[in-house]
Amino acid sequence: MHSADTLRSRPTSCPAASADGGCADDQIAGDGYTCRFERGARPESLILNMGPQHPSTHGVLRVLLELDGEYIVRAEPVLGYLHRMHEKMAEVKNPAQFMPNMGRVDYLHALAWNWAYVGAVEKLAGIEIPERAEYLRVITCELNRISSHLLWWGAYLLDLGAFTPIMYAFDDREMLLDLLQLMTGSRLTYSSFRFGGVYTDASPAFVQGVRQFVPHLRSRLPMYTALVTENIILRRRIEEVGVIPPDMVTRYGASGPVARGSGIAYDVRRAEPYSVYDRFDYEIPTRAEQCSMARYMVRMAEIEQSLRIIEQAIDSLPEGEHMHPKAPKPSFKLPAGESYFAVEGARGKIGVWIASDGGKTPYRVKLRAPGFSNLALFAECARGTLLADAVAILGSLDMVIPEIDR
Amino acid sequence: MNATISFDSVLHVVLALVGVAVFVGLNGLLLVYAERKVAGFIQRRPGPYEVGPQGILQAVADALKLIGKQLVRPDRADPLLFWMAPVLAFFPVLLLFLPLPFSPLLTGWDVNLGLLLILAFAGFNVLALLLAGWGSNNKYGLLGAARAVAQSVAYEIPLLLAVLAIAFQEGTLSLSSIVATQGSMPWQWNIAVQPLAFLIFLISALGETNRAPFDLPEAESELTAGFHTEYSGMGFGMFFLAEYANMIVACSVCTVLFLGGWKGPFLDGAWWFLAKVYALLLAMMWFRWTFPRVRFDQLLNLNWRWLLPLGVLNLLATAFVMKL
Repeated sequence: MHSADTLRSRPTSCPAASADGGCADDQIAGDGYTCRFERGARPESLILNMGPQHPSTHGVLRVLLELDGEYIVRAEPVLGYLHRMHEKMAEVKNPAQFMPNMGRVDYLHALAWNWAYVGAVEKLAGIEIPERAEYLRVITCELNRISSHLLWWGAYLLDLGAFTPIMYAFDDREMLLDLLQLMTGSRLTYSSFRFGGVYTDASPAFVQGVRQFVPHLRSRLPMYTALVTENIILRRRIEEVGVIPPDMVTRYGASGPVARGSGIAYDVRRAEPYSVYDRFDYEIPTRAEQCSMARYMVRMAEIEQSLRIIEQAIDSLPEGEHMHPKAPKPSFKLPAGESYFAVEGARGKIGVWIASDGGKTPYRVKLRAPGFSNLALFAECARGTLLADAVAILGSLDMVIPEIDR
Repeated sequence: MNATISFDSVLHVVLALVGVAVFVGLNGLLLVYAERKVAGFIQRRPGPYEVGPQGILQAVADALKLIGKQLVRPDRADPLLFWMAPVLAFFPVLLLFLPLPFSPLLTGWDVNLGLLLILAFAGFNVLALLLAGWGSNNKYGLLGAARAVAQSVAYEIPLLLAVLAIAFQEGTLSLSSIVATQGSMPWQWNIAVQPLAFLIFLISALGETNRAPFDLPEAESELTAGFHTEYSGMGFGMFFLAEYANMIVACSVCTVLFLGGWKGPFLDGAWWFLAKVYALLLAMMWFRWTFPRVRFDQLLNLNWRWLLPLGVLNLLATAFVMKL
């Protein structure tokens, strides 16, 4: 069927065009998906396939664009290039075996996913957590949030054509990774939370390192503001670009900095408090401008707020166990029932829902990835903008494709 | 210019062309190394240091790699246009070096219309970019070529206006005469009289040479690599070399027009010329590794709304003062 000849002559292998005996439109001929992307009302438009290999789609996102000159008539994100069946894997592994997967759903804020899954299991099985472990979870999760925001910051500026900031961001992020390595044993795909606590206790070196890191990063942030945030080219590139009105946020279920950049002060840490977050004094930064710059400013402010939380948590770190003495063995069985646990990730609301029928493995696990909803509004938001703006908008949504595809 | 073309003058031009080719080749290597070291310095990393002492052979290794790579032409690309583009990008640039006065004795071809010659042949660059984008049958290439043409055509005008202001003032288009009329001390250079023209020239030169923050025709985060997306090996290498050669020409002309060419406070000579050119080149690298990229409409707005009116005003003011 698929001889080399039929594969080479792409127009005839195009299913949409088989009716009239060949794809008349050379531009649209491509793989099966592109064939169904119909040309719009304007015959002179250009269909451009951005991705799945493209420098600014951060991984393997593919965006089909219909362009009029450089203006975007239509944009359609195409997902599924990095689908790894995490939800299905959860059905065939017991909770302890599934834990490492959580570090790989969103590799930039792995500990938030750790926490969402651990939280859902603990809620369902009624497992208690010692106070010290709660504090350690807060500290490591917030450190991880900062490292995610720093990486986003560097990568976003790379999208906008500035090569240097990512080197500075990685410099600071390196210190964070060293700290988290002390605590979790890994540098990127952490899976250090356990049902009933955390895997390792905080060493004195870790505590001291965190105490040193907080003022260090604080001293660096004014430099970032002076060198990058106040740069006139940057401001002109992202101010009033990619305006997301609050009603669009609610229609698509966007969350995290995307929602807060549109003036919606929704943060799971405040809205549905979990763990010990209610004990700390911190703000939920929001901006009313609704543009890419607003989302940028929200993330920069969140770094400062995370530093505040870490500072308070490390000062009030209680003594005690890091694992509850009655924590179950790794091979424990989940009781029948269902539970849902949500945490605030770097990209928004992370939710894990577990249904169990009392067997060795959960009956069904549903992962709610914030990036999926955030990306969904791109198609509407990018319409009518320039190609360069689309890159600026896409970057400001802070996507991690493995999380979106799961 | 002498009406009769003697054998000697032809020989002189040929020798000069050979010299220029060597100069451009060596400078290409030097600038590639410098760019990477400057980038490393700005980004607080060592830059190349493995190939040779302090990595000085890195550029040679890069060049050998590019020469050794297979040349690939995409399916259904126009072979003639596709291969003509890199050649057309590189070779006309060599001509631009001919009228440049490195020193009173070291001038390839001291022609009295030198400035005009440079401006005329610099126009070839945009044709090469257009052919590259159009001929490679690639949508990113096409968008890059469209950007290159709009940008080059737009920025040629303020560039010309800035150059004209100097030509009015000096009453000549010969580059060596322009240098000769300037004094040795910095305050005797044209930049002291024409600071606005210098600024307009510098910004327009960045636009003309497609350097960051105006590197839109090859904006890699938007257009992957723009007009040279489909070029491999020395096809890409020629564009690369042409970009650096164009930078040297732009900085050299800037030095001649505004910074007193070969003249310095002491020991006039080619070293002053080269020192000024390299200082300007370093500034261009500094911009590249510091600024984000502008958007296309902003790029054109900057030109039509600011550079062009300012250039015209500057020219009128110059003409007015000259008349007085």
